[in-house]
Amino acid sequence: MTTANTNAIERYRNNFLKEVEANVEEGHMVKMCMQCGVCAGSCPLGPAWQHSPQKIFMMIRAGKRDEVLGSDSMFMCTSCYNCMVRCPRQLPITHIMHGLANYAHRLGLAPKGQPTRDFATLFWNNAIKKGRVNELMLTLRHYFRGGLVSGIKEALGMQSVGLGLFMAKRLNPMEIFGGHGVKDLKGFHAIIAKAKEIEDRKKGFTA
Amino acid sequence: MAKKEYAFYPGCSSQLKASASNYLVSTNSICKSLDIKLTEIPDWNCCGASVGYCEGGELPRIAINARNFAQAETHLPGQDIVATCAACWLSARESKERLDGSAQLLKETNEALAAAGLHYNGGANVRHMVEVLIEDFGYDGLKAPMKKSLEGLKIAGYVGCQTNRPFGIDGESFENPMYLDKMVETLGGEALTKYEQKVTCCGGALAFSEPEKSQKQIRDIVESAYDHGAEMIVTPCPLCQANVEVYQSEINKKQGTKFNMPVVYYSQLMTVAYGGSAKDAALDGQLIKAEKLEKIAGK
Repeated sequence: MTTANTNAIERYRNNFLKEVEANVEEGHMVKMCMQCGVCAGSCPLGPAWQHSPQKIFMMIRAGKRDEVLGSDSMFMCTSCYNCMVRCPRQLPITHIMHGLANYAHRLGLAPKGQPTRDFATLFWNNAIKKGRVNELMLTLRHYFRGGLVSGIKEALGMQSVGLGLFMAKRLNPMEIFGGHGVKDLKGFHAIIAKAKEIEDRKKGFTA
Repeated sequence: MAKKEYAFYPGCSSQLKASASNYLVSTNSICKSLDIKLTEIPDWNCCGASVGYCEGGELPRIAINARNFAQAETHLPGQDIVATCAACWLSARESKERLDGSAQLLKETNEALAAAGLHYNGGANVRHMVEVLIEDFGYDGLKAPMKKSLEGLKIAGYVGCQTNRPFGIDGESFENPMYLDKMVETLGGEALTKYEQKVTCCGGALAFSEPEKSQKQIRDIVESAYDHGAEMIVTPCPLCQANVEVYQSEINKKQGTKFNMPVVYYSQLMTVAYGGSAKDAALDGQLIKAEKLEKIAGK
């Protein structure tokens, strides 16, 4: 168990709603949910969710901390914003789901090996490494996430797509040597480091 | 002097040899016809995209967007920031609204920006290229440079998610936005206004991490276009374009369908209607060739 998680349990005891309000992006809006279920019916990946947003919100109020933070549900969000624009109480549902996923991820409670958790982490790290996404490396690292053998198999399965994109000048094999990036990389990284420092302090991620 | 000037935020996918390079080429073509001057925000960075939430968190994501705002404010004062990518627009506009709404967040963001000697004063105005076209030029204005009609082309307007929700184009509904259909009609094409998958999600980033779930979405989007007799799909979003075009062959392989539906950007349709060549419209950038559009471009 991470220190941040132990501290959070100690600090908020049985008041998980209070913990969410304090530490999760837009978490203060959770209590506005009136359990109508429009979000659950509006999600394109509805059938794939273990718990719909409606259920997640009720579970938060019921103090089901382990079940919420260990759920794979938030990682099913495609960021389509359908739930958010339809919510009659105007909860920023998409952002709350993102926030819960981030909180569970940072506390080390999100499901291990969850494919979107892994891909999302890969994406962010890829984007901030040079300040701009390296699409080739993002794709390759994603395919080879499970090791060399499965990676070769997966990459071969997609080779016609890759070749098509290359022929259409929409994929650059030379990106393996670097690719696009920002010039002031030092400044860019300094901004992220400072922002992370402030956020970690506020949300209790630092011991 | 150009008629209109904007601070341009092309985004990662609209770079040379990136997955939406055809969007960039065709955007440049229409800007020439409409006398728009786009100046890239100096040294712009990635917006973090929606899927950046998991590792990126809240403040780092907002701070990197604010870095672009600070650069635009300093180097291109007074110019609206214009993004062509749906995700760039959403992330940037979302960040801007959060910063507008919270003095505390603005303070923390500027604390982060100070680490690179930058400062954001709060003056960014973030817009999507479609907003610029509709609001600053209007449908009549978009008609003005037309040299050819896209007459006879049956086009399904696939708006997708992020140019539609949560912000959308002013005056349009989330459930049935009409602007893409109106643009098609302006160019002389036949807009398939009954196409019911126009705001369905393509799966976004989950096309990578959950291919089966995403391909189910894509199948619905393409199948409905066929059902309505579409000859091509048009979209304003780079991820919609890539997902819906690229994975058709995968769906064919796995599910025995025979999809071969071209998916183009509105800017490619406009380039052709404005008399541009197939190359000006970057139609060589399609995986599934938009033959009927190429034919009009060659006339």
